[in-house]
Amino acid sequence: MSPLALTSFTATSAIGRGLDATLASLRAQRSGLAPCRFETVSLDTCVGEVAGIDEVRLPDGLSGFECRNNRLAWLALTQDGFADAVAQRAAHYGSHRMGVFLGTSTSGILETELAYRQRDAQSGALPRGFRYRGAHNTFSLAAFTQRAFELAGPAVVISCACSSSAKVFASASRAIEAGLIDAAVVGGVDTLCLTTLYGFHSLQLVARTPCRPFDAARDGISIGEAAAFALLERPEGPLDSDEVLLLGTGESSDAYHMSAPPPDGRGARAAMLQALEAARLEPRDIGYINFHGTGTPSNDAAEGVAVASVLGKDVPGSSTKGATGHTLGAAGALEAVICALALKAGFLPAGVNTTQVDPELPVNYLRENRSAPVTHVMSNSFGFGGSNCSLILARVG
Amino acid sequence: MSALTAGIESLGVLGPGLPDWPATARVLSGVARWEPAATVLPPPLSLPSAERRRTGAVVRLSLAVGLEATARAGIDPARLPVVFSSSSGDGQNCHEICEVLASSERQLSPTRFHNSVHNAPAGYWGIATGATAAANSLCAHDASFGAGLLEALCQVVVERTPVLLIAYDTSYPEPMRSVRPIPDAFGVALLLAPAGGTASLAHIELNLTEAAANCMDDPELENLRKLIPAARSLPLLAQLARGAPGCVRIDYLDGARLALTVSTCR
Repeated sequence: MSPLALTSFTATSAIGRGLDATLASLRAQRSGLAPCRFETVSLDTCVGEVAGIDEVRLPDGLSGFECRNNRLAWLALTQDGFADAVAQRAAHYGSHRMGVFLGTSTSGILETELAYRQRDAQSGALPRGFRYRGAHNTFSLAAFTQRAFELAGPAVVISCACSSSAKVFASASRAIEAGLIDAAVVGGVDTLCLTTLYGFHSLQLVARTPCRPFDAARDGISIGEAAAFALLERPEGPLDSDEVLLLGTGESSDAYHMSAPPPDGRGARAAMLQALEAARLEPRDIGYINFHGTGTPSNDAAEGVAVASVLGKDVPGSSTKGATGHTLGAAGALEAVICALALKAGFLPAGVNTTQVDPELPVNYLRENRSAPVTHVMSNSFGFGGSNCSLILARVG
Repeated sequence: MSALTAGIESLGVLGPGLPDWPATARVLSGVARWEPAATVLPPPLSLPSAERRRTGAVVRLSLAVGLEATARAGIDPARLPVVFSSSSGDGQNCHEICEVLASSERQLSPTRFHNSVHNAPAGYWGIATGATAAANSLCAHDASFGAGLLEALCQVVVERTPVLLIAYDTSYPEPMRSVRPIPDAFGVALLLAPAGGTASLAHIELNLTEAAANCMDDPELENLRKLIPAARSLPLLAQLARGAPGCVRIDYLDGARLALTVSTCR
C-alpha cells in the first residue's frame, strides 16, 4: 500500500486525557487500573475508568447523541488540537471528501441497559426519550463524529469486537487509495457497560487484580474504556523526521472458534505477514511490537507463538493493557496512538503489572521502559469471532 | 472521484416471500406476483452441530444468503474475503442480555455474550466455511447496505480480489421493536469481482450523488425497502433482475446516495 500520514492524533484513556498525560503515564510506568466502582457493578475486578465522562457536554444541537460513549468521544476529540486539525483538512479537501471510519464494540449499550430497568410496569415499553439511533445503534459513534465536524463523506462503524479500531485503518486506507475520499477521521471508542463486564465474567476471563499480560501468573483481562482518533491522509510535501506514517495493514480470520484463538496463532501470524508484505518490510525491520496481550492464559500463549514465528523471539514488545486495561473496540486505535507516541518520543513502553514473564512464551517482553530510537513498529489487535488485524507504523526519519 | 467499478458474479437473497435469488428476480422483474409471507430461515447445516445450536436468526440469515451466492457462482467460500453489514445485529440476543442485566441475578450465559458481538456472523461464517481471509463487519444504521457495498467495492478495486458482501437485518422483539420497527428478516449477498471478468452477470460503476434514491413501483415492496435497511438494495436487485442496462440510485447516508450504472454482460 502507499504510505499514509497520521497528521494529527489523540487518545484519552484511564492513563490520561490527551497525548501529554498519556505519554507522562507511560514514561512513569503508571497503571490506570483500579478496583471497579462503576455504576452498580458488583464484581471483584479492576477497571480502567476515565474520570469525568459524565461532566462532558456534547456540542449544541447534538443532544440526540447523548450517551457515555459519545461523551467520551467528544472528550477525546477536543484534546491535542484534533478538532481544529479536522476542520482545517475539511476546509482544504472539502467536507464531502472526508471519510469517518470508527470502531466500537458496544456503542451506547449502557443507556439501553439502564433503560431496561425503567420499562413500563404494564406495557414493558422503554422509557420516553430512549435514543435508539443516537445512542443504542452501533453507528451512533460515526454519525455523531460526522455531525460534530459537519463532514459529508462516507461514514461507517466497523464492529469486529476487539479488532474494530485497528481495522478502521485498513478500510480508510483502501477508501483513500480507491479515490473515494482524500482524508479520513479514524479511531475507536468503547466505554464501560454491564454487558462487557458481566459478559467477560461469565466466560471466566476477568482477572481480580490488575491484569498482567504475558506474566507466568496471568489470569485474565481488566476492562478499560478509551477513545483514540487519528487523521489519515496522503503525505503532502516534505515531512518532518518525527512524523508518523501508516505503512501496512493486515487482516485475517481464524475460522476456528468464537471466543478463543487457535493455539498456534495462525490467524494472528497471517495478519502480521500480510502487514509486513503491504509495508514492503522484512521482519528484522520491526523495532517494537505492541502486543494485543490481553492477559488471558490462552490469548497471550497463542500470540507469543505467532509473533515468534513471524518476527523471531528477540523483538522487544509489550502490552500496554496493564496500564489502560483492555479497551475492547477502542484498543486498536489507542494502541496505534501509543505506538505513534513511542515513534515520536524514541522510547519503548514497558508492560506494567507484569512481574515475572512467562518462561514458556518465546517473547522479549519489556518490563522497563527503554529509550531507543525506533523507526518501525507493529501493533496487533485480535477479537472474538476470530478477527485479526496488524498495523505497521513508522517515523519518517 | 473516479467511479468504483466491479463485476457482479452472483447473488443470494432471503426475505419475506423471497426464498432465494431466482424467485426474487421473478418478482422484481414482474414475471411473478409477490406473495408476502414470513421469512423462513433455514437451519445452518454448514456448521458443526455444537455450533448450530448456539446460533440465532442473524447467523442463519447471513450464512444462507452468503452460501447461496457462492454456490451459484461455483466458488469455494473458503477463498473469499467477506464484508458483513447490518444495522442492528442480533436484536433478540441483545434484548435477552439487557433483560438479564436488568434483573437482580445478572447471570449472563457465555454463549449469549460471545454471540453479542456485531461480527458474530463473520465468526460463524469462518467456522462453517474455513474462510481465513479478511472479514469485516460494518454498521451504518439505515445506510448499512450502502456502507457495505462501498467497503466491498474498495476491496475489489484496491486488492484486485473477489469479495463477498452480505447485508442482513432481522427484527427486534419488544420493547426494542417499538423504537426500531424492522418487520422481518431480509438478507442479500453479492459476489463482486474485479471489473472485466467474463463470468459476470453485470458490471457496476458506483458514484456518490445527492439525488434522491429510486423507489420501488410496487407499494408493498417499497414498504419493505423503507423498513429494512438491507432491503435498501431492492432497486439495484430489480435492475439486475430485469437484466437490462440502466442507472439506479440506492439509499445511503442523509446527505448522499449511491448512483450505480449497471451494464449487463449476458
